Amino acid sequence: MAETPVPRNGGPSPAGQYLEFEKPLARIEQQIAEMEAIQASSGRDHSELIRSIRAQLMTERRKIFANLSAWETVQVARHPRRPLLPHYIDLIVKDFCELKGDRNFRDDKAIVAGFGRIGGNKVMLIGHNKGRDTKERIDNYFGMAHPEGYRKALLKMRLAEKFRLPVVCLIDTAGAYPGIGAEERGIAQAIAVNLLEMSRLRTPIVCVVIGEGGSGGALGIGVGDRIAILEHAYYSVISPEGCAAILWKSAEHAAKAAEALRLTSKELKRLRLVDDVLREPLGGAHRDPAGMAATVEKYIVETLRDLKRVKTDTLLRRRYKRWREIGSYFEHLESGGEVRPRVRAAARAARPVPAVVPAAAVEASRVVEMVKST
Amino acid sequence: MAKVDVPEGLWMRCTGCSKMIFRKVLEENLHVCPECGLHYRISARTRIAQLVDPDAFEETTLRLTSSDPLRWQDSKPYPQRLADAQRETGLADAVISGKGYIKGRAAILAVMDPTFVMGSMGSVVGEMVTAAIERASDENLPLVIVTCSGGARMQEGLVSLMQMAKTSAALARHDSAGGLYITVMTDPTTAGVAASFAFLGDVIVAEPGAMIGFAGPRVIWNTVKTELPAGFQTAEFMLEHGFIDRIVPRHALRSEIARIIDYCGK
Repeated sequence: MAETPVPRNGGPSPAGQYLEFEKPLARIEQQIAEMEAIQASSGRDHSELIRSIRAQLMTERRKIFANLSAWETVQVARHPRRPLLPHYIDLIVKDFCELKGDRNFRDDKAIVAGFGRIGGNKVMLIGHNKGRDTKERIDNYFGMAHPEGYRKALLKMRLAEKFRLPVVCLIDTAGAYPGIGAEERGIAQAIAVNLLEMSRLRTPIVCVVIGEGGSGGALGIGVGDRIAILEHAYYSVISPEGCAAILWKSAEHAAKAAEALRLTSKELKRLRLVDDVLREPLGGAHRDPAGMAATVEKYIVETLRDLKRVKTDTLLRRRYKRWREIGSYFEHLESGGEVRPRVRAAARAARPVPAVVPAAAVEASRVVEMVKST
Repeated sequence: MAKVDVPEGLWMRCTGCSKMIFRKVLEENLHVCPECGLHYRISARTRIAQLVDPDAFEETTLRLTSSDPLRWQDSKPYPQRLADAQRETGLADAVISGKGYIKGRAAILAVMDPTFVMGSMGSVVGEMVTAAIERASDENLPLVIVTCSGGARMQEGLVSLMQMAKTSAALARHDSAGGLYITVMTDPTTAGVAASFAFLGDVIVAEPGAMIGFAGPRVIWNTVKTELPAGFQTAEFMLEHGFIDRIVPRHALRSEIARIIDYCGK
């Protein structure tokens, strides 16, 4: 579960505007620009033609983005122009009041926290900030938090709990920072404590993965009542590069690893690991940040409206149940090899496996078939 | 890194001090090198035999097997990898749990096995550990978890990562109910297991020399491009930086655990 340190979102370069698979779109957009220029300079009316090229662009875009591979999804999630936490704060949070520091070591800018209003709800907003420009990115370690970042997040969550403010977490990190200082200051312990405390925090928690959901670094502010993910964001136990390096001995197999890890919103929803998937504007969130932000705002407002109606004890009971049920395994009972498949994740993906007790495995496959057919 | 148990042959060369040691002596010495004190990795079964009073362990009979939610295949299909590991270790997955007595004190134990897919945590480890925690809370018994793991199991993807939250949530309830939880960290305790139930013990002890950390040393080196400090990510390093309570040699584990249980009145 090690993290890959490669700093991403490395800054907009001209080529960074378009990802490899977006190149056909770039060409069409260029055609449109050219036609518009000709129209302007010649004074002749080409609007009919331009309209048709635009329609073609839309069709092309729809086609490409409806069939993104897992690896392409990862690239969209890391797109240099993808809206980041500060963009969402600007677009949907009113009267943001940032609260810094972990009262212990230093202020970790990779995680931002503060009071804010989202659609009439007073909330505690917490999120990873990768940084909008080169300086900010370096200051923020590209959104890879140190232990003090997770401790700051927890401190602000406790404040929210005390005054009954719901917590909203926007997740966007390649992972926790893999450095000497992070280990010295107990990154594992900091994340562990957050998992424990978030599971029993007495106020609603809504989490949205807005870009990269990089393993423990994401989960460290990712335990809540509802977990949503943007359509082209990803969430994974390990970065595709890290996984490829371990299993296929080369980071070049990242595309293969991305596919195998089932890290796209569609797969995660199917596996029932996330509760909701938020549709992105055509061509990805970076094509229409305001539209994306509006979707996120609507989701947060509606989810909070539901969660606020629930009594705290009930909320916590349901939260426990939500996390308690995650897992996908067969159960072989000692008495007579009876098998009960218990599946929350992957009801549909489950299949018979060669098991400890061969007879039981056969039984398992039958039960699963039955589950599938009902 | 220390090998698991002892290889074949009457004599072996210690990987710590390079001295020739008699295999039987090593075994009798709890798989600790009598010359240099290197703590060899041991299987979950060996660990339980060392830790628990004779014939005082009642193993949880649940036999769970991952259903391979991702339909994973690398050099071999994941179900095949599991079947091979099950055959080699005789275990259902990377953990054994149950109720046992340590110097007469009853406790719920979960002991991880370093050989089963690197002791990694997937659905089954997550469920077994969670069930053990819940049982400890229900029966108001102290909980002892012996950790050794490479982290969350890649082959189960995000399902594995979320086991971190699942086990931690169960520990939150155990904590709220006033339950005692002792972590025994052994070599290695890293990544997703370190960043969940391992570091949540009320009391955390570790075996000498155990590797303990979050990110892999190579990943860190690739990021910082400077030499890592001597003894980085060891039990001693964690003790110095204040993240574990005590380093306890294997010989003293039973009496230390018993003493902690007594102090906590459980």
